[in-house]
Amino acid sequence: MQTTATEAGTPEAAICARNITRDFEAGQTTIRVLHGIDTEIRSGEMTYVVGESGSGKTTLISIMCGILWPTEGEVKVFGTDIYKLSDTELVKFRLQNIGFIFQQYNLIPSIDVAANAAVPLIAQGMPREEARERAKVLLDKLNIGNQADKLPRQLSGGQQQRVAIARALVHEPRLVVCDEPTAALDASSGRRVMDLLREVAVAPDRACIIVTHDNRIFDLADRIIVLEDGRITHDGKEMPDDH
Amino acid sequence: MLTGDAQKFYGLLFGIGFSTLLITQQMTIFVNLVERGASGVYNAPEAEVWVMDPVSRTTDVSYAMPGTALDRVRSVPGVEWAVPHLRAQANVRTKDGDLEGVAVIGVDDATLIGMPQRMATGDKSVLYAPDSVVIDDVGTTRLFSNGASAIGERLELNDQRAVIRGIADSIPSFTSTVVLYTRYSSALNFVPGTRNRLSFVLVGVSDGQTAQEVAARIEAETGLKAETREEFSQAGVDFIIENTGIPTNFGITVFLGFVVGIAIVGLTFSLFLRDNIKQFGALKAIGVTNAKIVQMVGAQAGMVGTIGYALGVIGTVAFIKGFSANPFFKGFYIPWQIPLISLLAVVIILAITGLIAIRSVLKTEPASVFR
Repeated sequence: MQTTATEAGTPEAAICARNITRDFEAGQTTIRVLHGIDTEIRSGEMTYVVGESGSGKTTLISIMCGILWPTEGEVKVFGTDIYKLSDTELVKFRLQNIGFIFQQYNLIPSIDVAANAAVPLIAQGMPREEARERAKVLLDKLNIGNQADKLPRQLSGGQQQRVAIARALVHEPRLVVCDEPTAALDASSGRRVMDLLREVAVAPDRACIIVTHDNRIFDLADRIIVLEDGRITHDGKEMPDDH
Repeated sequence: MLTGDAQKFYGLLFGIGFSTLLITQQMTIFVNLVERGASGVYNAPEAEVWVMDPVSRTTDVSYAMPGTALDRVRSVPGVEWAVPHLRAQANVRTKDGDLEGVAVIGVDDATLIGMPQRMATGDKSVLYAPDSVVIDDVGTTRLFSNGASAIGERLELNDQRAVIRGIADSIPSFTSTVVLYTRYSSALNFVPGTRNRLSFVLVGVSDGQTAQEVAARIEAETGLKAETREEFSQAGVDFIIENTGIPTNFGITVFLGFVVGIAIVGLTFSLFLRDNIKQFGALKAIGVTNAKIVQMVGAQAGMVGTIGYALGVIGTVAFIKGFSANPFFKGFYIPWQIPLISLLAVVIILAITGLIAIRSVLKTEPASVFR
């Protein structure tokens, strides 16, 4: 199942997506959301996927990170053809290699911040206390170490998103996937979170994909992929002028 | 997750606690109530074998035998002693002028075998005095509801004078009828009747013999019916179960407790899981397996179930303790099997509702967390 990086695409490609097509059934009709997408996501970059609602950006990253099967096509993540893995292998692959940051944080409300941040490590089988300690180190780095024993509801939105970042990075994944990480935050909080994310999530051996339509943070991107009606219409360092 | 949502947490606790309380309390009352069908046997603790006419069924449903039956029983090998025992119904005119139905129990004149083991007031020997009766403690609350002392009170018992000289500490009968104990010879006077008056012969067995062996021998040699203490007490319980609507009524209540539990717990559980579906989706996306999620939900259900169950059982204990002074609840206890049955019911409620509710979580696509 493992292939070399060269086989997967260019040497530095973290994700290599080929001819990705995705259809959804809506009653009697079939709606094609993605039309044969070909792209690569490189390590060491912060890649934005932008587009209007319904353009297919969420579907694309869901497929790229192994949580939604494509109708057609192939996705290799760090050389592994993830949709040729069994269900169990795919779940394990995600747990080892991918960190997620969600729009609504999706923290577990009844456990404290440190335990929330430690979830991936605990799921990997690390003893609870050891996992908490490792999570606390990262929380310190994110300047919320003093909130480690609080419940998520006792934190502001920006602080909760930092906990979500800690949860996404605590197991040192090679791919970080963020879905509208600033959508629930005001402008200044959103900016701070993105600065932080850039500081801690971007590394030479790690790829970071961000789905967003928040134009306030476009200047922080290393690369912007624009999707329209399930097709890539722009792939470059900056947003095209007509957007 | 569950403890983070106070409303649903307490909703689940209430559902499980209420079900446990209803099931445990109703079953406790049911068991104690039907056991009163055997109170006549329990109140005569010395008797190891009860001998009666073959058609007799319980202490309260008996057909009198001729007095010669006593001698026939005494002649059976293995019978250490045998004494007469009379049980009959009578009417008492109370001091207030009311009419009260009473049970008159005639115990052996010489040994007083057939009396309850303990006396609440006075001594068993008071029965040797003329016209003497001993009333059961629950009976005093019926006949002397104003709180006046029963000792020394005169009763008009079937048009004859009877004097209460003691109060027995006895187990109330199924119908909580007032019971008057007196000597067998006095009972014959108090309760006029037919030629045959002997209700039962109470038997003690000789050393080295078992009650079963002696009972079988009595039946074989006399043609009478003989049952051990355990068999006859069970017969009293069975009679209540077979001839009253009590099992149906209590059964319906227990069933309703179960159904209410399923309804409340199921609804709350489903709402809880539905409200947290994004969190579960996030966990699945991160790489937490379905098995781990089932384990998580199971652990939380187990915690809520344990607390709710404990509250229900504590509620039942508090109920029984709280009403222990009430004559109806006298001697009530919670058999150890009942909390176990309630526990099983709680486990079934949680398993059914949990399985139904968690299906939505297991079906959730991890990708739904991005929608």
